Amino acid sequence: MKDIAIRLNGQVRRLAVNPNETLLEVLRGKLGIKTPKEGCGRGDCGACTVLLNGKAVRSCLILAVEADGQSVTTLEGVGRAGPTALQKAFIRSNAFQCGFCTPGVVLAASALLAEKPAPTELDVREALAGNLCRCTGYEAMVKTVMAAARKSNRKRSSSRRSRP
Amino acid sequence: MSAKRVIGTAAVRVDGMAKVTGAAQYVDDMEFGPGLLHAVLVESPHAHALIRKIDTAAAEKAPGVVRVVTGKDIPYMFGLYMQDRNIFARDRVRFVGEQVAAVVAETPGAALRAAKLVKVTYAPLPAVLSLDEALKENAVLIHPDLGNYLRVPWFFPRPGTNIAHWRKTRKGDVEKGFRQADYILEDTYTVPRYAHCPIETHAVTGLFDLSGRLTLWASSQSPYAQRGVMAVALKPFGLSHRDIRIVTPYVGGGFGGKAGVSMEIIGAVLAIVMKGRPVKLNWTREQEFMNTSQRQGVIARIKMGVKKNGQIVALEHTLHWDAGASAEYGANVVNAVGLSATGPYRIPNVKIDSVCVYTNMPPCGAYRGFGYSEFHFGLESHMTRIAQAIGMDPVQFRKRNAIREGDTLAYGAHMNPGNLRGAIDRVAKEIRWGKKDKSAKPGKAVGKAVACFWKAPAMPPNAASAAYLKFNEDGSLNLCVSGMEIGQGFLTVMAQVAAEVLTVPVEKIRVETPDTDRNSYEWQTVGSHVTWGCGNAVRAAAEEVKARLLATVARAKFLKVEDLYLADECVKSRKDRKFALPFRSFVIDGIMRSNGNFIGGPIHGTGMFMPEFTSALGDPETSQGGHPNVHYTVGAAGIVLEVDKETGKMTVRKAVLAVDVGQAINPELVKGQIVGGLVQGLATALFEDIRYDANGRLLNPNFTDYKIPTTLDCPAEIIPIILETPQPDGPFGARGVGEHTMVACAPMVADAIDNAIGIRLKTMPLTAEKVALALRGIDYDSVKGDTLGFCFRGKPCDYRFEVGGH
Ligand code: FES
Ligand code: FES
Repeated sequence: MKDIAIRLNGQVRRLAVNPNETLLEVLRGKLGIKTPKEGCGRGDCGACTVLLNGKAVRSCLILAVEADGQSVTTLEGVGRAGPTALQKAFIRSNAFQCGFCTPGVVLAASALLAEKPAPTELDVREALAGNLCRCTGYEAMVKTVMAAARKSNRKRSSSRRSRP
Repeated sequence: MSAKRVIGTAAVRVDGMAKVTGAAQYVDDMEFGPGLLHAVLVESPHAHALIRKIDTAAAEKAPGVVRVVTGKDIPYMFGLYMQDRNIFARDRVRFVGEQVAAVVAETPGAALRAAKLVKVTYAPLPAVLSLDEALKENAVLIHPDLGNYLRVPWFFPRPGTNIAHWRKTRKGDVEKGFRQADYILEDTYTVPRYAHCPIETHAVTGLFDLSGRLTLWASSQSPYAQRGVMAVALKPFGLSHRDIRIVTPYVGGGFGGKAGVSMEIIGAVLAIVMKGRPVKLNWTREQEFMNTSQRQGVIARIKMGVKKNGQIVALEHTLHWDAGASAEYGANVVNAVGLSATGPYRIPNVKIDSVCVYTNMPPCGAYRGFGYSEFHFGLESHMTRIAQAIGMDPVQFRKRNAIREGDTLAYGAHMNPGNLRGAIDRVAKEIRWGKKDKSAKPGKAVGKAVACFWKAPAMPPNAASAAYLKFNEDGSLNLCVSGMEIGQGFLTVMAQVAAEVLTVPVEKIRVETPDTDRNSYEWQTVGSHVTWGCGNAVRAAAEEVKARLLATVARAKFLKVEDLYLADECVKSRKDRKFALPFRSFVIDGIMRSNGNFIGGPIHGTGMFMPEFTSALGDPETSQGGHPNVHYTVGAAGIVLEVDKETGKMTVRKAVLAVDVGQAINPELVKGQIVGGLVQGLATALFEDIRYDANGRLLNPNFTDYKIPTTLDCPAEIIPIILETPQPDGPFGARGVGEHTMVACAPMVADAIDNAIGIRLKTMPLTAEKVALALRGIDYDSVKGDTLGFCFRGKPCDYRFEVGGH
């Protein structure tokens, strides 16, 4: 057992983990964090996506000990003050069906938009290529991320313009 | 007075907030406290073997282990339509991956380690891994007890053979039909097995509490069917329906794979054995591929006769299905196809033989499309080829023969409304059929195709739905139904149906996922029937609520019911325009009369629905006389496909699908079904490629080797088209859609390849590899090696379709 400390959704959580436990196992089994899902356990599906220091990673491929001292964000930490613009856009445009892939997709898309506020369609498709969705056929998802980016860019540029 | 319509609008999904915030709970997200036990299975490495001995001593002594369970402890069988599946293998194993024992331990790790210590001694038997082996005279029998299995009366197994069911449909006189034909085409098509691949694997947690109550939390499309199947199978434990409760939270995709019962019953018996402590069983991705159900593989022989003028005069369609080791659900797929393998065409002389064959591969069952995708591949390919042969445009040929309302179906009943010819026109126009497109890129050719589809729900004639609707003090409602939200938007659509009747906004109606203790009955969420069936029940419940609202107000206020109506969440009067009594003012607390008496009470309503016009009692030799299907949904799809003439690589430039849904209750959700189904269907056509080795072991049970579509594998453009010819017995005219959107994908790809480069592929999947080989004049069947996509070896054209040597 090893003692680790993770900054999880803004709060420091300390716990003891086995050296062979994955971050996904620890989040779900020991920290009560259920939005990262296990779809394959081997890095193929992206359902377990979390943000590690802001980057989208597969928590089934990362050992919990590797997250020691790092910042981890899951969907639990995203919509605390109400759903984000991206989440609202997902609802409005039916960018999900069964919803099982949705936490991973929302996180991966948020990470992309944080890094690249004006992505091309190919950027979006590439950023989400590791998040398998068996239901939607992806179209609504990709379009929603594009539209959300355009909208927040419009807001940003209009607020820039209105500044003296 | 014409209120705002909710039907036909893009109401916001009622599960939207829960799903985008991650609040939506799936089974494995539920907490059961420190008493939770974990189970891991011991599985068969053999496709067919006798079990000589199971030594559990070492496993039982391993740290953390509480119990090891085998078929000796649980010698029972189960099944939806036929009890041919073992809860645990007993005397023999029938496929690689079959459950032989379970280790129950305090932690998943302890269970996993101990499972490796269970020693099973097998005596291998010859495995039946090809259809001709399975069907030859004196074949090795996979189910020697077939004659004793409980089953529904419309299955016709043949004890002493490997035939689980044989559906025969006969209409007119095919021989005479072929004599009248000017041209006859006969050929063979094969479709391998496919895997559902929901992103959430199967999961169940069971608790058999000290009072003798069994509760299962399951990832399932069918809570009530599960309760029913378990009540029968677990009767030896003294359990009946009242003792079993199934709770199904959100499901992470089903596609038919979570219909009926599969691994959930293992969770149930482990819970029973471990009375007092909850037991969790989660399928790994590998188990999800190997031991739930797959889509059946099939080899089909089609003989079709046409007149010069393009009229189809006869069809002989013979299908041999690889059902795997049990057919408790799969035989109904075979049955459905045996009734409907004419496709959506009017054909006077028909002979269909759909034969369900046991093999030593994993069991198969329901998969989105329920056999229709499989038979449409051959049939629609054949339609195009025969049109080409008589020099007729394939689109015109389809229109010429398209089924119409009132036509006599192959089994004698009559066709429901549906605008197939309209769908064909819309699709042909959208892909600019008849206009040859060129690729700007060198070395590429562009092909186009239009294919038709139809599908009916395959249900027992008494498949029923019920609904319960109750008001809350604030005028909001709870709607309790047991259809499953598997992503399609069922909960939202049911809320829309109730909202339409009651003039309440959709967001004021809370619809939750089922719990068999609390929610009304629903047969199963399969067959694309719940919008129709459960929608009718919800409408009836809402009508009952409406009647109570009106009666209560009429009685309390000394008014006439005929003068009252509902609008804007109020009871209003035609006689007094100012009269408006908001629901929230009386639906629980009643209405006070001047003398202080209160009139009314908590207002609620129930509704039920059964398709009372159906019957499965057709003649076994001809299928004439019954009315097995409630309705067909028809449509057409089209594709513009670019093919690389060097590598065979294909890109879908455009995919179009038009479907007649009767009435789209929520058009955006229907479009979601069209887009999702097209992408899934195109993947089965283009790259999903399941592989078994020569011993029946699945070689690619993961997403690295069994590729499903990603964001980078989608058509460049998808055009969904909704047609609406009302279904008279549907809620507001709606009929089913969901599975249908996959059905035409494979044949339209095959036709488009032919249209682009003149190559006709008759073996699915239609991979770039096969196209590249064909471009070099190499027959895929002669180089395919010894891996199998289903229980079929050799060349399709050599397959004899013989049964018992005849
Ligand atoms: S569970 Fe981590 S990628 Fe699938
Ligand atoms: S919505 Fe079901 S997997 Fe994406």
